[in-house]
Amino acid sequence: MIDTPTLELDERFRAAAAAAGLLDVAYDVFDDTAMGPLLVGVTDRGVCRISFDPDPERELERLARVYGPRVLRSTKPVEHLRRELDEYLERRRRDFDLDLDLRGLPDFHRRVLAELAQVGYGDTTTYGALAARAGNPRAARAVGTVMNRNPVPIVLPCHRVVGANGSLTGYGGGLHRKEILLRLEGALL
Amino acid sequence: MAVAVPPFETFYESHKTEVFRFLASRLGREGAEDAFQETFLRALKAYPRLEHGEHLRAWALTIANRIVLDLHRRRRPTAEMPDLVTEDGRPAFEDLAELTDELPPKERAAVVLRYGYDLGYDEIGAALGSTESAARQAASAGVRRLRKEKK
Repeated sequence: MIDTPTLELDERFRAAAAAAGLLDVAYDVFDDTAMGPLLVGVTDRGVCRISFDPDPERELERLARVYGPRVLRSTKPVEHLRRELDEYLERRRRDFDLDLDLRGLPDFHRRVLAELAQVGYGDTTTYGALAARAGNPRAARAVGTVMNRNPVPIVLPCHRVVGANGSLTGYGGGLHRKEILLRLEGALL
Repeated sequence: MAVAVPPFETFYESHKTEVFRFLASRLGREGAEDAFQETFLRALKAYPRLEHGEHLRAWALTIANRIVLDLHRRRRPTAEMPDLVTEDGRPAFEDLAELTDELPPKERAAVVLRYGYDLGYDEIGAALGSTESAARQAASAGVRRLRKEKK
């Protein structure tokens, strides 16, 4: 018999690593959400990543660069996020009660995302209106970039930002996902 | 340019099987289970201090080897010294690990990594946090000591 660590041993180490507070980022891949597979990351300060691209290869390097190299898949730290996401996607939750960790983002991005967080469930706003609220009414295009690079979509609701003429315009996770979310919230019929 | 330290997930997935086999060969399957977790927790603690991503295999095996040493020290083994294999004989690391139980930790690690795992002195130096020539010295001091003890 070839000696390899059992799955149980593997999971035990991953849990112990998180429990000992030794991780910069705990991540996991949710394979089966209503939005398709999601890769999520959590630090000791809060949620730092939700990605519609579930391939860790691309994401782990970036997380390591921003938050530190101790990036490890571990289930326990992301359980709370999983629960809130499920509730939201099943229409049992309208607001998220989660801390976020947005270290590494430029100030402008943070300012815009803070305003975005104020846009409520089922409402929509426009890129221009959000730019104005962040203190620069002419920065609609820059706001589009901020939305496109939103590290925690769904929780920070960039799907609620649409074009001035009411068109959906764009979404980092693909337009069909934006549509699903807006329909879910009843903002789109 | 130095190789960047990879995300810990990548490091762990690359080396967990070899580390487990090394531990199982020294401690048996059951003993290896506790030592496995201990090895990678220790690696996690030290990971942010790594300056580059080279020699990570040697580094992981060195930590595992230290954990085994710590366990043996607690257990105080009184194993008989088997026949010493010559330097060119390249014994398997299982035998080597038994043989070198009584060596000082640094010499033991150098001997085991050199003759059991066939690592280069540059890799061993990096793994032990010292230099290539220090690793070479530690390995040859270890071999000398083994010869002396054998007599």
